[in-house]
Amino acid sequence: MENSSQPSPTTLDVSFDEIKHLVSQRAIDGETVLLNMGPQHPSTHGVLRLLLELDGETVINCIPDIGFLHTGIEKNMEAKTYIKAEVMSDRIDYMNTVGNNLAYCLAIEKLAELDVPPRAQAIRVLLVELQRISSHLVWLGTHALDLAAMSVFLYCFREREMILDILEMCAGQRMMTTYIRPGGLWRDVPVEFEAAVRQFISIFPKRIDEYETLLTKNPIFIERTRDIGFLSPQDALKWGVTGPPLRAAGIALDLRKAHPYSGYEQYDFDVPTHTKSDTYARYLVRMEEMRQSLRIVQQCLDKLPYGPVRSNNRKYVPPPRSELSTSMEAVIHHFKLWTEGFSPQKGSIYSAVESPRGELGVYLESDGGPNPYRIHWRTPSFTNLQILPLLSKGVFVADLVALIGTIDIVLGDVDR
Amino acid sequence: MDEQLSTITSVLQERFGVVPSEFRGDASLVVLPETIVNVCQVLRDEFEFEMLVEETAVDYWPEETPRFHLVYGIRSIKNKRFLMLRVHLNGNSPSIMSIETIYANANWFERELWDMFGIRFEGHSDLRRIIMPNDWEGHPLRKNYPLGYEEVQFSFNFKEIDDRKPFAVE
Repeated sequence: MENSSQPSPTTLDVSFDEIKHLVSQRAIDGETVLLNMGPQHPSTHGVLRLLLELDGETVINCIPDIGFLHTGIEKNMEAKTYIKAEVMSDRIDYMNTVGNNLAYCLAIEKLAELDVPPRAQAIRVLLVELQRISSHLVWLGTHALDLAAMSVFLYCFREREMILDILEMCAGQRMMTTYIRPGGLWRDVPVEFEAAVRQFISIFPKRIDEYETLLTKNPIFIERTRDIGFLSPQDALKWGVTGPPLRAAGIALDLRKAHPYSGYEQYDFDVPTHTKSDTYARYLVRMEEMRQSLRIVQQCLDKLPYGPVRSNNRKYVPPPRSELSTSMEAVIHHFKLWTEGFSPQKGSIYSAVESPRGELGVYLESDGGPNPYRIHWRTPSFTNLQILPLLSKGVFVADLVALIGTIDIVLGDVDR
Repeated sequence: MDEQLSTITSVLQERFGVVPSEFRGDASLVVLPETIVNVCQVLRDEFEFEMLVEETAVDYWPEETPRFHLVYGIRSIKNKRFLMLRVHLNGNSPSIMSIETIYANANWFERELWDMFGIRFEGHSDLRRIIMPNDWEGHPLRKNYPLGYEEVQFSFNFKEIDDRKPFAVE
């Protein structure tokens, strides 16, 4: 195939003319090899497809092809009420489900000017930080697995299971929780919650040290990650990279600090940065982020205020069940909310949170009706994945696997 | 709107005729389609908006003037500021200049907009579909694009609906 000037269209599924401008002249002359990688490839973390232009084992160019996990979430949300559409937000970034709920609910709350009680805010922050740890654990496990360190994966999933158990305790679901609702939470946390989180806090610092003993000074791991995938701070800004890759390039942008939401300003934590900006630096940044998240969890739990977990605004938040048998207004509100839903004022807002992967933004527009008129998910994986061609110029194919891992993409987040 | 932001808007108002507005504490500017590249350039180089974080569109079908609003969200990390730009686009197959030269990550955002809304970006380096398959027809996020439900079959029209259902062919 490679010796002919025109590879056959069936092997590329697009005609060669359409991607001609993306490959070098050498590929057109047949000097370099065009190779397909994925979408069913274990180290592409889902269904990412890459078209590689190779010279021997060196990557000359890499063209990502995405969309294999597109589920039309934005279109579907437009056809549902605000309350019903929320369950789809979990499915976008399935490693950060609570964080997606938070982004969605904050957008609605901003649009409708809905208040959230302090207890609900603290529990939201606590769960989102636990989720951040669990997401980083999946990243660490799979990243190490890609670089042939099998046991880290098993250890990471052991601790992740503790977090998923806590989520199940609160929401009844391990992953697709939909626990955070517009105006607060679905319900208060159960009594066992505090003990379970305290147990996690007491165990986890030692476990992070354990992962670090396995990797941080491991010569094989260092060899595979150091000086691989350098991203300059200028390029990071130009390409709109957010999250750990940006912070590893020395730019301390963290929306929790820069534009605090849900009461993040009350908690004491650091934003870890690094200046080397290679795969190893991004590893160090994420490891430190887990420690900082644990600090926030600890503070949330120590300062957890008492009180209601749902707003009292009955136009947006359903009344408690106990009121339904005694109050006519409660019955009407309940009926209106579950049949028609609520209708925020006409207008459009953008609201963003810091997800484990970077800036997760929601653009929400209302036309005054009960369905979102337009909702756009500005997902971090989609933007961050764009730097893959930039990072992978001149690396070996084996290192490309490390680069996909270091950007930390979730394909549900890329394709929506 | 604070002092720095009013400076920015007054400069842009004078040079490009933007129209500022504010909703829920976020400032947004309505920009004329032909000036979008210059406005972005000025915002990046003179007012330190280093990063494009959001680019999307809204379809107002059956309205035609304007049919689409393009929405850009840009962030200044240094000044902790976020600004939204809105561009009104008329007609059913609009086109506008790409801002890829100013903010490189507009590349995929604009490919997505072409794919989902059918908005053309002039001067874009690689305007192909990004999410839908290459041979897809139509632009799914347009309001006149059907969501696509399964038709309900009853005993009296079972065959009729069955005949026009798309089935996989060998």
